[in-house]
Amino acid sequence: MGCGTSSSVKDKKSETALKAALVIQNWYRGRSAQLKTRQRYALTIFQSIEYADEQGQLQLSNFFSFMLENYTRVLEEDSELVTHLLGSNIQDKDRRDYLGLIDVPDSYCGPRLQFPLTFTDIDLLIEAFKQQQILHAYYVLEVLFETKKLLQRMPNFTHTKTSPSKEITICGDLHGKLDDLFLIYSKNGLPSVSNPYVFNGDFVDRGKNSMEILMILFVSFLVYPNDLHLNRGNHEDFMMNKRYGFTKEVLNKYKLHGKKILQILEDVYTWLPIGTIIDNEILVVHGGISESTDLNLLHRIERNKFKSVLMPPVPIDGDRATEKENKVGTTSTARGIRTNGSLSEQLTKHEWDQVIDILWSDPRGKRGCYPNTSRGGGCYFGPDITSRILNKYRLKMLIRSHECKPEGYEICHDGKVITVFSASNYYEEGSNRGAYIRVSSGTPPRFFQYQMTSATCLRPLYQRVNAVESSAIRMLKERMISRKTDLIRAFQLQDCSKSGKLSVGQWAFSMENVLGLSLPWRSLSSRLVTTDKDGNIDYMSSFQDIHIQKPVKEVQPTLIETVYRYRSDLQIIFNVIDSDHSGLISMEEFRSMWKLFTSYYSVCIDDSQLDELAERMDLNKDGSIDFNEFLKAFYVVHKFDKLNKSDTTVA
Amino acid sequence: MADDRSREGTETAVAEFHKKIKEAFEVFDHESNNTVDVREIGTIIRSLGCCPSEGELHDLIAEVEEEEPTGYIRFEKFLPVMTEVLLERRYRPIPEDILLRAFEVLDPAKHGFLSKEELIKYMTEEGEPFSQEEMEEMLSAAIDPESNSVHYKDYITMMVIDEN
Repeated sequence: MGCGTSSSVKDKKSETALKAALVIQNWYRGRSAQLKTRQRYALTIFQSIEYADEQGQLQLSNFFSFMLENYTRVLEEDSELVTHLLGSNIQDKDRRDYLGLIDVPDSYCGPRLQFPLTFTDIDLLIEAFKQQQILHAYYVLEVLFETKKLLQRMPNFTHTKTSPSKEITICGDLHGKLDDLFLIYSKNGLPSVSNPYVFNGDFVDRGKNSMEILMILFVSFLVYPNDLHLNRGNHEDFMMNKRYGFTKEVLNKYKLHGKKILQILEDVYTWLPIGTIIDNEILVVHGGISESTDLNLLHRIERNKFKSVLMPPVPIDGDRATEKENKVGTTSTARGIRTNGSLSEQLTKHEWDQVIDILWSDPRGKRGCYPNTSRGGGCYFGPDITSRILNKYRLKMLIRSHECKPEGYEICHDGKVITVFSASNYYEEGSNRGAYIRVSSGTPPRFFQYQMTSATCLRPLYQRVNAVESSAIRMLKERMISRKTDLIRAFQLQDCSKSGKLSVGQWAFSMENVLGLSLPWRSLSSRLVTTDKDGNIDYMSSFQDIHIQKPVKEVQPTLIETVYRYRSDLQIIFNVIDSDHSGLISMEEFRSMWKLFTSYYSVCIDDSQLDELAERMDLNKDGSIDFNEFLKAFYVVHKFDKLNKSDTTVA
Repeated sequence: MADDRSREGTETAVAEFHKKIKEAFEVFDHESNNTVDVREIGTIIRSLGCCPSEGELHDLIAEVEEEEPTGYIRFEKFLPVMTEVLLERRYRPIPEDILLRAFEVLDPAKHGFLSKEELIKYMTEEGEPFSQEEMEEMLSAAIDPESNSVHYKDYITMMVIDEN
């Protein structure tokens, strides 16, 4: 009894409460950090795979060059294919002819645009798209024709000015995420003379509303051509669209006129400006720069000649070209390939490289300029390059997009480079925030972040992280299964005692080498393989719960794996051969294509195996193959998974 | 002989630790220049399985910071310090039963749950207080919305299962 005792009891009580609180806080912070790390790992996985795919994409570009040089027989006979590969020109008279043929029935209850467009049309479209309506092909085409006409009058770089009372808003990649565009317009206001915008490329692909985004942006542009600025991104490229989903979206939504829309779009893309320069201080381009970036040159080039990243300038044999330039508008390249365009239809290699750098490069901390090996095109540029180029042209800052950032934006190179990315939840629900920037002369840029949430996204952190993580791991496992044979061979090489086990270090080494993905393998191992009590890895355990569905029995696993691994590339190649978009190619075309493909990619496939496969795929027995069906037949089965079909391909 | 083998064992262990630390570091090295923002060091250390208190974390940061703090931590300084931490098995995580007992201490009447207000009070006023963001995040997972309280035993079980 007495004050001393009671206060010491109180002290003891509060000391214990203090200790207890410390324990809980400590545990919680540890847990929280692990969740955040897992989320980061998931993002790293998504990003590595995405860039590896892009690298594959650019390898495809070299393949097309290879094909053009070697596939002479087909090319000489099928000039349509050549035209398609080298791009085509849509004459304006096509427009009147075509639009005249399209009828908008009275029964159509979607939005009807009134030309010339006004801001009410922007509202109209937004309301309609919110109700999931589809804009009729007639209006789509009209918008595209008008947009092209207007874009043709714009210079390669848009120059614009701000003032303290008039800020400009810069948005990054949207990739078909319509909800994010709605959110931006709602939070930041619709574009207008007093509320200008720059949209920094990659409006399309991946998300499921690329068409709607494009329509809203183009209509906004047509209404406010001096205040709504569009920069071309690397996905504003008809070849990229074939692989990354936009082509599919268009053909699905517009069964009758989709092909025409795609054709016009090809052209519209090439007229998008390369960049925007604000207050002569801020350069806004989609990707970045390189040590050789020459803004003066870029201001001068004929930007519409850059058709696609997959169509680099075809090497022309100088002497023979002048010799054979007899027929009007025809030139012969080496080995007698006739092209439908002339020499002047292409950019020079130097000009072409300049554009690639602008659309594909990424900033990095390392000084200097290096080829961008993870994407396969453009370069990595360091802070010294940024300083040098900005100084050279008396600019203060570079704002770019092209890379997904967890917070929607990121500042680097000492504040001189800002990345802004506007597609929230880009890889998966909960993967990242989106952001936009508001700038005006004399004030530092202001950043605004957001994240589209659905009801399920108001879940606690650990559930969201679980979802993102399992999605990433799933993608990674599919990657592994597509290289199963090579992986097992690499593992076995190291497993001298044939025990089926490897050390973590050995396993990580093989994984990185075979898959070509630079990932934190040790940290991911618990999610990919089983480890025994000695810490050794049972390397076959990854393959136990996952396999590729065999479309046909008695076909070698290697063939299955190869087709599965290259299915995106094959999709593009088939799409290119199938110039009338019928979905069918002939057996002969299939075989020739496959031969070239396997020789270029050094894939060893027994011809007879492939023949057998093709025969079985020819379901109509009419000598043609429905290649979409062919490719769909190769999907990955996850044994313990509700979803049986792999839908994590990039489209 | 035994010494050689154990030395070799330690060397391999150290090599593996180095790789693990590098992996964890690289994930947060956004500019690929072997530095991370000092504000992410806590996350990195914890992701490697250690559970330092905030105070211990501050001491660690002081060890790896530059003499004139730049806001960035370089890998060259981080690696040796972190390797020691792992080798010495410092800052071991809290076992489940201790965690449970901690909650029970805060619930002397043995209700089996803490009210939302109680939890907030303890977490934001005692020990090394939570920030508002940390508090909200914890509540989002821990609170049973119907009773507006935290049934801590269930909460712990759920978190532990999820971890594995």
